[in-house]
Amino acid sequence: MKRIIIALGLMTTAAQAQDADLIARGEYLARAGDCVACHTVEGGAKFAGGYSIISNMGTIWSTNITPDKEHGIGNYSLEDFTKAVRQGVTPDGTHLYPAMPYPSYAKVTDEDMAAMYAYFMQGVEPVATDAPETALGFPFNMRFGMMFWNLAFRPSDVFTPNPDLTEEQNRGAYLVEGLGHCGACHTPRGIGMQEKGLDAGSDTFLAGSELNGWPVPGLRAGGEGLHGVQAWTEQDIADYLGMGRNRFAATGGEMKAVIQHSMNYMTDDDLHAIAAYLKTMPGEAAPSKPLDDTARVLTEATDLTEGQRLYLDNCNACHFVDGTGGPKVFPQLDGASVVTGDSPDGLIHTILAGAATPSTERAPSIMPMPGFADRLSDDQVAEIATFVRGAWTNDAAPVSAADVATVRKAAQAEAHAKAPEAAAAQH
Amino acid sequence: MNITNEPVDAVVVGLGWTGAIMAIELAKAGLRVRALERGPDRPNAEFAYPKPADELAYAHRHKIMQSPRQAGFTVRRTRDETAQPMRVLGKFRLGDGVGGSGLHWTAVQIRPTPTDLKLKTFVDEHYAPGALDEELQIQNYPVSWDEIEPHMDFFDRVTGTSGEDGKDPFEGPRTSPYPLPALKDTLNCAMFRGQAEKMGYHPFSNPSAAVSQAYTNPYGQQIAPCNYCGYCSFYACLNYSKASPQTTILDTLNRMPNYDYLTGANVTKVELHPDGKTARGVTYVDNDGNEVFQPADIVILASFSLNNVRLMLNSKIGQQYDPLTGEGTVGRNYAYQLGSGYTMFFKDKEFNPFVAAGPTGVMFNDFGPGNFDSSQLGFVGGAKVHSSQATGNPISMAMMPGSPKWGPGFNKALKDSYGHSMAVKMTISNVSTRGNYLDLDPTYKDPYGMPMLRMTYDYPQNDLRLAEFLNGKVKEIVDALGPDMVVDGTLTTKSRMNYTAGYSSTHNVGGAVMGDDPRTSAVNRYLQSWDVHNVFVPSGSAFPQNFQANPTALIGALSYWCAQAIKDRYLQNPGPLV
Repeated sequence: MKRIIIALGLMTTAAQAQDADLIARGEYLARAGDCVACHTVEGGAKFAGGYSIISNMGTIWSTNITPDKEHGIGNYSLEDFTKAVRQGVTPDGTHLYPAMPYPSYAKVTDEDMAAMYAYFMQGVEPVATDAPETALGFPFNMRFGMMFWNLAFRPSDVFTPNPDLTEEQNRGAYLVEGLGHCGACHTPRGIGMQEKGLDAGSDTFLAGSELNGWPVPGLRAGGEGLHGVQAWTEQDIADYLGMGRNRFAATGGEMKAVIQHSMNYMTDDDLHAIAAYLKTMPGEAAPSKPLDDTARVLTEATDLTEGQRLYLDNCNACHFVDGTGGPKVFPQLDGASVVTGDSPDGLIHTILAGAATPSTERAPSIMPMPGFADRLSDDQVAEIATFVRGAWTNDAAPVSAADVATVRKAAQAEAHAKAPEAAAAQH
Repeated sequence: MNITNEPVDAVVVGLGWTGAIMAIELAKAGLRVRALERGPDRPNAEFAYPKPADELAYAHRHKIMQSPRQAGFTVRRTRDETAQPMRVLGKFRLGDGVGGSGLHWTAVQIRPTPTDLKLKTFVDEHYAPGALDEELQIQNYPVSWDEIEPHMDFFDRVTGTSGEDGKDPFEGPRTSPYPLPALKDTLNCAMFRGQAEKMGYHPFSNPSAAVSQAYTNPYGQQIAPCNYCGYCSFYACLNYSKASPQTTILDTLNRMPNYDYLTGANVTKVELHPDGKTARGVTYVDNDGNEVFQPADIVILASFSLNNVRLMLNSKIGQQYDPLTGEGTVGRNYAYQLGSGYTMFFKDKEFNPFVAAGPTGVMFNDFGPGNFDSSQLGFVGGAKVHSSQATGNPISMAMMPGSPKWGPGFNKALKDSYGHSMAVKMTISNVSTRGNYLDLDPTYKDPYGMPMLRMTYDYPQNDLRLAEFLNGKVKEIVDALGPDMVVDGTLTTKSRMNYTAGYSSTHNVGGAVMGDDPRTSAVNRYLQSWDVHNVFVPSGSAFPQNFQANPTALIGALSYWCAQAIKDRYLQNPGPLV
């Protein structure tokens, strides 16, 4: 008798352990999918929704995806869950807007879907609150219209490995094209707001884009370019995703949150798989010119232009005369995509509002770059931005004071929205 | 209002270097750790470029220093004087807030030598009985070089110490080379180095914890390359280049779920169990005036050395030292460090003071104890001899003597002085004596009603004779460099401690010294109180006397050594480790 009880006990434990493993795997995959980014408000309950995505069509509110039966997805079966994630259709037939990246999530395997389901049902605390209803204007409020969008643009099926790629590269492809939904920001969108390509089969896939005025770099890392991902090694790419910084760059803009909430939780193997896959895709080199004599001019510091002088006074302490900064500490300005992008807004925003590295397990240091909004006029920021966009090997168009004024206004509004009292106190 | 917090496994009092090290090491061992810091939080964002470049606020109005009111001590030179509260910061300045003095330090990270740690043995072997002053109370550090060096090595890797390998023949054996190459020489370094070498000394670049290259430490934290801006001593680094608890430990620590910290939590007392043999936690007063009890199984006193001693005395941990009978150990062997030297002016040299970090400099150890024969000279100890040049801070700049204080004459003198001076200085060891000690002031209390610490200290004649000896040696170097003018800032046997005069260093040590004998030490070799076994006191207060090196390298190492003893031995079997 005693032995049986022990045996039963062991069985329960083994089953529990299996469950725990599945839930843990589901949690990892949910991180890979960065579900939390859209389904959680800053400071709010995890996965309770209510995050607003401001789109061209209007404001889309994310939903409660906790296992609460009334307010969340607690009544979903595995099939319901899978259909919502892969096809953007909820059990009552409602079509989701593709702010939910189901065109990418469609690639997720059944096995991974089951793990994520286990996590959302058993590993997440139910929250009994409703997120605001999304109410877009006509015609976008006609959700059934998404059926036609889906017919026109919805992608393929579950991921199938490419026999020409290694196992590692295929793992990377699965993560990048699927849960990682990197294309949502890094692939240019077409006339129907659809991503122009959803996998390596398309030349436009991950070819770079723009987001809220920021240049979004291309991720096709296989080219001969001297800067950006093409010049980065696989380790550099893995460092960037796992630490928010590498030998050349520090993350900024929307990517910081992606690293903080998602990518830094990936295993070294997965980060390297992602890097290996990105390296398989040839891309176009970013425009640049042969290295000029900026470093010498700044060192001699005679007959400086206004932009050069302002750079020496405000930027040089960290980024240095050669624009190289320091590995994992101060980002390199020479060849940085945010500096040389077609749109200067990201660069201007960073000069005005500053930035800070995210704290991750692999790189805990939070290193703030100060914002210069209080010190520099629109003209001065434009001078600096114009200077760095043309210094060293950079060859990007100048920036006007009017460009700066626009970004300054937006940055102020952003600061007010984030911390109204602090922002008010500053003005 | 009286509040009692949830208990923790370990409470750490003070969040400077020692507190940060103890907290992270104990948290990594799985303990629930809470740090209590009486000052404010000081995150990196507060020191983003160019905010700290404000000499008036930081160097003259002491923005990140404890005010005399907070620091709470009274001072006198000898027992026959009446101690008065220190009302201005002068000779030394204690840090305030998260990071403590580890935020405003200069970041010269030179180690003591093996002889420094066993000075008593050295004296016994090299001096005839009666050759030294009777008042000396020299003791050995109760750890061997081989025991403590690996911890100095690790701390060097935490701080990214940048130095010159193999150039100091007097240094103790190292586990590994400096993590980074030395900072670059400024003009004064090159001049001093050349002259010292010519005279047969062995100069080398100051080991610097303002790092020479971008660096990632063993905790995964990044330190940025120093840009030689010169805002080092009295400042938080504006470039994340100077190792501090912030740049090397705290971002890692703050991620740990079993650790937290409170600021504005002024610990007034360690609370003991009725038998007086163990502590049950600490009491602090928060910013709202609430008195809060924080229960804890282990209490780490990691505040500045002087405050550690005061907390022990106010909490009745150990017995107050009595200079008349020699009995009691808490307050015994308080020591400081002596600064002496020459400032030189050269009309025709441009020192570019705007390109010089606090730790850029060159030193030599030829006058460390045991590195020259002092057995017949009537003193024991030594000095590091080093050269520095003024950093670019205009208010504190060295002016030629006799310069007018205002008007066109001042303007001209400023122009003539700026960028034309360098210094050669001695940092001189400080023996502990019977009469230099700390106790509680019988009259003055701090804002919380606790007695202030009373400091009774003057320069020992032993050290002043050493200074006079060195003045002559160093003057030879100064004269050989051929300055147009020399300002003599040396100590002589007539010098007395002047608490409120110009800053010298914040190298206040001792008062709760470590040792093998509970009659002459307050803590054992593991920095554990002899009397209350769950109280550990890892800080400069453990130095039995002070050496000529800067103290931080050993303070960091002793903290790691103490944390290891707690992790490896105390947790398994709580009780006296010796």
